[in-house]
Amino acid sequence: MIIIFGVFVLTLLVITAIAIVRAENLFVAVMLTSIFSLLMATNFFLLDAADVALTEAAIGAGVTTVLFLSALSLTAERERSQNRAKWLTIGVVSVTAMVLIYATFDKPPLGDPNAPVHQHIAPWFFENTPIYIDIPNVVTAVLSSYRGYDTLGEVFVVFAACIGVLFLLSASKGIKPSVLASNNQGLRHHLIPKVVGRLLIPFIILFGLYVQFHGEYGPGGGFQAGAIIATGFILHALLEGERAALAAIPRSALLGMTVTGAMLYGMVGVACMLLGGNFLDYSVLHSNPVIGQQLGIIAIEAGVGIAVCGALLSIFHAFTARGLS
Amino acid sequence: MELLDYYNYWVFAILLVIGLYAVTAKGNLIKKLLGLAIFQSAVFLMYITMNKVAGGTAPIILKGMAADQLFSNPLPQVLILTAIVVGVSTTAVGLAIVVRIKETYGSIEEHEIFEADQTQ
Repeated sequence: MIIIFGVFVLTLLVITAIAIVRAENLFVAVMLTSIFSLLMATNFFLLDAADVALTEAAIGAGVTTVLFLSALSLTAERERSQNRAKWLTIGVVSVTAMVLIYATFDKPPLGDPNAPVHQHIAPWFFENTPIYIDIPNVVTAVLSSYRGYDTLGEVFVVFAACIGVLFLLSASKGIKPSVLASNNQGLRHHLIPKVVGRLLIPFIILFGLYVQFHGEYGPGGGFQAGAIIATGFILHALLEGERAALAAIPRSALLGMTVTGAMLYGMVGVACMLLGGNFLDYSVLHSNPVIGQQLGIIAIEAGVGIAVCGALLSIFHAFTARGLS
Repeated sequence: MELLDYYNYWVFAILLVIGLYAVTAKGNLIKKLLGLAIFQSAVFLMYITMNKVAGGTAPIILKGMAADQLFSNPLPQVLILTAIVVGVSTTAVGLAIVVRIKETYGSIEEHEIFEADQTQ
């Protein structure tokens, strides 16, 4: 039954992808991308990747769509049609598809427990996580402890991307929040979105906090929580207008959040070094190494959540403010 | 049912080339970025397909679970989880560049931008 549902979702994914590429109205294409992400999240969930499904649903279907829509409002809504058929490209990508599909027959079938990918380090994670870290969610343990360096790098990539967007979008025009025109009223005059949206915002943020603090026990963690809380504030900005949103959280505070989150992660690593351990080796944070690991994970997950939330909101406001100035 | 074992990988291959087609053949810069997002999702799908273990469940070890409970592989999930967040950040940089191109050239169509470059 699950296989049939999986095949159904995957087929829908292909149809949606073709529709995205064919749609000449870019607004339609972006909304289809949102559906594409939601289908992809469903599929991830079917494949046992609950954490990834949560991330894809919050980021792919939520934040990415809003960013694309903001960019559309600054550029063009329609694609100019080009009547030339790109037969050469179609030929090349068809051959690529054939080669890739031919190659898949060398791969182990779906769900094969003897596949090489399951023999390497995964059994070690399952055996040792209860001993060394003792939190139920192995994904969080791998993310924040065993592969802590990797995650630190990812947080700094998000930070760098945020800085890049701010450089690109607030450079020449010199936008001051005070001069933001009052022409962006959001959806203030639309009663139904306003009432329903206002009801939703507290629950979205509450759910984000739950995902943040429950990340060690169930699916969740800093990345998902940061994205979910950011979508809550983005909804607020869409409903109440840019000025009200910036009055609630100014842009400097958002940038401060991004810096603080990334710094918090790095400082935990430095604190571990000062206490005589290796960089990001949380065991030294407490006399009991297991509790030390848990403390370290809570601290860096908080850092990740703050940094991701601040970065996504900074990026969103950079796009919106560009349109107003 | 044995053929369906590879269905996920086939969808990966098809999504990948749909994304590749949009990036190479489409002239609209936003469309190119959408294609890139599809391309990226295809790669995510391949990794997550590899993490599945038949009869397994999400890698969360709860008390009271059977000792022989199978779990899916956490490592591909960690890699893709962070990749999704990095993906949205890099897409945002791409969109910011597109916005600046629009402001400078007045267009986001590739051939019009080339023409504007040539007439200068």
